[in-house]
Amino acid sequence: MSGVEEAVAEAHRREWAYVLAATVRVTRDIDAAEEAVQDAYVQALSTWESSGVPDRPGAWLTTVARRRALNTMRRGLTLTEKLPLLLVPEETEMTVPAEPIPDDRLRLIFTCCHPALGQEAQVALTLRLVCGVATPDIAQAFLVPDATMAARLTRAKKKIAAARIPYAVPDAAALPERLDAVLTVIHLLYATGHTAPSGSSLVRDDLTTRAMDLARMLLLLLPADREVTGLLALLLAHHARRTTRTDATGRLLRLEEQDRSLWDRAMIAESDRLVVAALSAGPPGRFSLQAAIAALHAEAATYEATDWSQILTLYDALLRVWPSPVVALNRAVAVSMVTGPAAALAEVERLEEKGRLAGYRYLPATKADLLSRLGRHAEAAEAYRAALALSDNAAEQDFLVERLRSAQPTS
Amino acid sequence: MAQYAVLIFEHETPGGPSPELLEAHGRLPERIADQGGRVLAGLALEPSGTATAIRGDLITDGPFIETKEAMAGVFVLEARDLDHALALAALTPIANGGVEVRPLTGFGVM
Repeated sequence: MSGVEEAVAEAHRREWAYVLAATVRVTRDIDAAEEAVQDAYVQALSTWESSGVPDRPGAWLTTVARRRALNTMRRGLTLTEKLPLLLVPEETEMTVPAEPIPDDRLRLIFTCCHPALGQEAQVALTLRLVCGVATPDIAQAFLVPDATMAARLTRAKKKIAAARIPYAVPDAAALPERLDAVLTVIHLLYATGHTAPSGSSLVRDDLTTRAMDLARMLLLLLPADREVTGLLALLLAHHARRTTRTDATGRLLRLEEQDRSLWDRAMIAESDRLVVAALSAGPPGRFSLQAAIAALHAEAATYEATDWSQILTLYDALLRVWPSPVVALNRAVAVSMVTGPAAALAEVERLEEKGRLAGYRYLPATKADLLSRLGRHAEAAEAYRAALALSDNAAEQDFLVERLRSAQPTS
Repeated sequence: MAQYAVLIFEHETPGGPSPELLEAHGRLPERIADQGGRVLAGLALEPSGTATAIRGDLITDGPFIETKEAMAGVFVLEARDLDHALALAALTPIANGGVEVRPLTGFGVM
């Protein structure tokens, strides 16, 4: 890659959301803005080659994209569209403005993650519009055909226009709930990249990087928000440990088997600072509490030396703000470390009876682990087999097969 | 302003809607106006048992689509955007059901 190509690629990764968000404001049409922004990046390749990379690439790209969009609109190409224009609550500048260009990235994010859109659509739109990821790459990340992803994006953009989802940051009353939807999408992106629920052992690094970038951007835009702080802390605590989740052959390693000396200490320290900030500012939300738990794991010198009773206290608090059976299941693991596997098994069996986690592979896997710790190997083997039947990830299946083998009495 | 249809779906009861519910419906346009919206039209439907469906040449007794919650009525409201429309539609008095908010076509004028 030449210097200019690198500069353009860097500007694509860092500035796409800023440029698109500012352009949507003048076009009030997402497709027209997308096209103008694409064109601006193409133009940057040639112009920056001859006249050098500008000091503020984002501002340069925005000015070019807006001018292109306005020219297109003047030629009447966009206004013949049947769909209504996007609703921008404030006065719309119809000329290319002098600096500074207002930062509309929050509007863009909240529009992409509007609850009137399905979560799959929210995730796809966020990757396409906020991160600038090409449609085929999004399709690949979510293991669907290109045409399916393209149709999903088109349908979502059509709904934004037709139903008039506002291009706006929600008011203070609606903000916490709407922000939670945004944080959920970012967390889901990270989790998808991190655990790759199906397919081969390939960890979808690009998704985790994108999610980290998004979390950082959101914290930059909403620096005082505790849950945004908590989300970034949570992702950092996971990311710091990502290289030790599997061994050289791609085999999944349990937390107690991982080489803690390889964890990224700088990332863990940053996560810890953010956790402290998130927890000290008021009653913590679900992302801050999850971050606090992840940070305690990341900071422990060994699995046994982990502050399990503190983790259990945090799980109790998490369960209060987020009464989810998945949280209850994770809490059971902490119970097993504080009180012992028998008490934890009783809790897991209670969850099993309620039936809300039917089909969730980590329930039989957790149960199997507790049973084998109690020496009930035949029942453990049965539970491992149940978990295996529910998993569609190759690395995870290998892991379960191995656990199953060690649970069965040697013959 | 944009226009939306609010489709009301209710679990039908033998006695029909209660007087309180009907009275609450009567106050709805005013409550919507208080929050900056406007009700342009409203229709209340007789129970779905009175409906007759036509598919091609075939005439059948009952609504076109059988659902647990039957369509009980519809009104058209004017709102700034979807968030406003959803806030207004949420004011609809509902006994046991919910509403669907649908943008109307042909009103895309800013």
